[in-house]
Amino acid sequence: MGTHEEIVGAQDLTVGYTSKPVWQNASFSVNRGEFVAVIGPNGAGKTTMFRLLLGLQQPISGIINIFGAKPRRGNPNIGYIPQRHTIDNETNIACEELVRLAYSGNKLGFSLSPREEKKLASDTLAVVGATELANRSLGSLSGGELQRIFLAEALVSNPEVLLLDEPLSNLDIKRIKDLVGLMNTVVKSRNVTAFLVAHDINPLIQFLDKVIYIANGKVATGTPEEVLTSRRLTALYGTHVEVLRDSRGNIVVVGAEDYHGDQP
Amino acid sequence: MIPFSPNLLSDLQAILQYQFMQHAFEAGTVIAIVAGIIGYFVVLRRSSFAAHALSEIGFAGAAGSVLIGINPIFGLLSFSTISGAGIAVLGKRATNRDVEIGSVLAFALGLGVLFISLYAGYATEAYSILFGEILGISSSNVIITLVLSLLILIAIALIYRPLLFASLDEEVAEAKGVRILLLGVIFMLLLAAAVSIAVQVVGVLLIFALMVTPAATAVRLTKKPKYAVLISVLIALFATWTGLFISFYAPYPVSFFVTAIVFITYLVVRFVRPTR
Repeated sequence: MGTHEEIVGAQDLTVGYTSKPVWQNASFSVNRGEFVAVIGPNGAGKTTMFRLLLGLQQPISGIINIFGAKPRRGNPNIGYIPQRHTIDNETNIACEELVRLAYSGNKLGFSLSPREEKKLASDTLAVVGATELANRSLGSLSGGELQRIFLAEALVSNPEVLLLDEPLSNLDIKRIKDLVGLMNTVVKSRNVTAFLVAHDINPLIQFLDKVIYIANGKVATGTPEEVLTSRRLTALYGTHVEVLRDSRGNIVVVGAEDYHGDQP
Repeated sequence: MIPFSPNLLSDLQAILQYQFMQHAFEAGTVIAIVAGIIGYFVVLRRSSFAAHALSEIGFAGAAGSVLIGINPIFGLLSFSTISGAGIAVLGKRATNRDVEIGSVLAFALGLGVLFISLYAGYATEAYSILFGEILGISSSNVIITLVLSLLILIAIALIYRPLLFASLDEEVAEAKGVRILLLGVIFMLLLAAAVSIAVQVVGVLLIFALMVTPAATAVRLTKKPKYAVLISVLIALFATWTGLFISFYAPYPVSFFVTAIVFITYLVVRFVRPTR
């Protein structure tokens, strides 16, 4: 559970294009050490939130702050796992090289401290339980192994905030469980603030401090118990939505299946 | 002409007594180094079609230069750099540029054919631009090649890490502050300059031999980028030197030997290390 030091704050935030906002009038606050899920249908603007925090996109109106200031590009205090990667099974480069680049790849010239960087990369790989993958080729890894490397890539600069864009997609249930457990350990042990975009909230729900639910151009935030209710989601979608829970706390949202996030 | 002897060192000494062979070895060596290094990024960024296109677009510039009576390397350089910058700015991602690049290169080749046909003594000039003529390289072109190569190498050394990072994981690199578009334009300009000098050895049609195949071979042999760059350079150097050496004794074009050597190297590596 986080402390009360605000890490990310938004007031009356509207984003997208002036003629067509993606979502509007969002206000929320995330404190240090909180594990936050960003949930919503495809095209709802979940990645847009990350682009704002990374300083790659500006809001149409409203205020967004991270670490008490406007987001800026290249902030080493933010670790990022994007949804898309250029890496494919033809990429014959050792994992350790990618992790090193995530630390110093934005600098000109050659590295003046290659030994320290190598050690930093192998220490970070150890944190995500991927020591044995250090010299493996990126192209030879399974989906779950790759996500561990991407997590190491995000962690190598020792960031205070992690932005994880759909790291769980295309993984089987066991690997999702392993990865979520690992991410929770990292968040809690390093007291970092993590935002995780996911389609299915159930594997995450026991670890979450907050949910940011984006749909229908609107944003609802709060604890999972506050947001994931029939009343809140019905208000959000603007159509009747039912939230059902099973005996183990898993939830199913009924009534939002036909909704597409890219519709106004 | 001095006959071939089993003593390769004395053969080489004999070959280098000829000024045209000295020039060919000097220019060929720096071109192989530049092509081997740039080639690694061409392979990593999947930009081999762009490299091929830049050289064919350069053909129009070279043919135009011949027509108006200036050094073809200037026409090559100007056409390929302008189109290289254009490709980088217009196409969002390197892998999605096939159609744009293909359309421009077909038009440029057509333009080149027109220029060549307008020029009376076209046959030999066209042949050497298309297939390379390193044995006829002038001392002024050796100087131009050296200066351009030095500039390319300095630039690559400067942007090595951001270029590698952006080629491997563009979105994370962008989030870490790497200017992706600017870097893409700089890379295409460097590629255009490298293509322009490499054309002298292998010609516009065989540019793959120095700019793609050695690097494609190297990435199969190592997972470390700096070793891959080194191996790529060594293959390009070996092919260029051996090609020049053999062509001194055999009445066939240097470009044939260079392309044959890199291709055989590629085949051997692929056969010996089919999986990684």
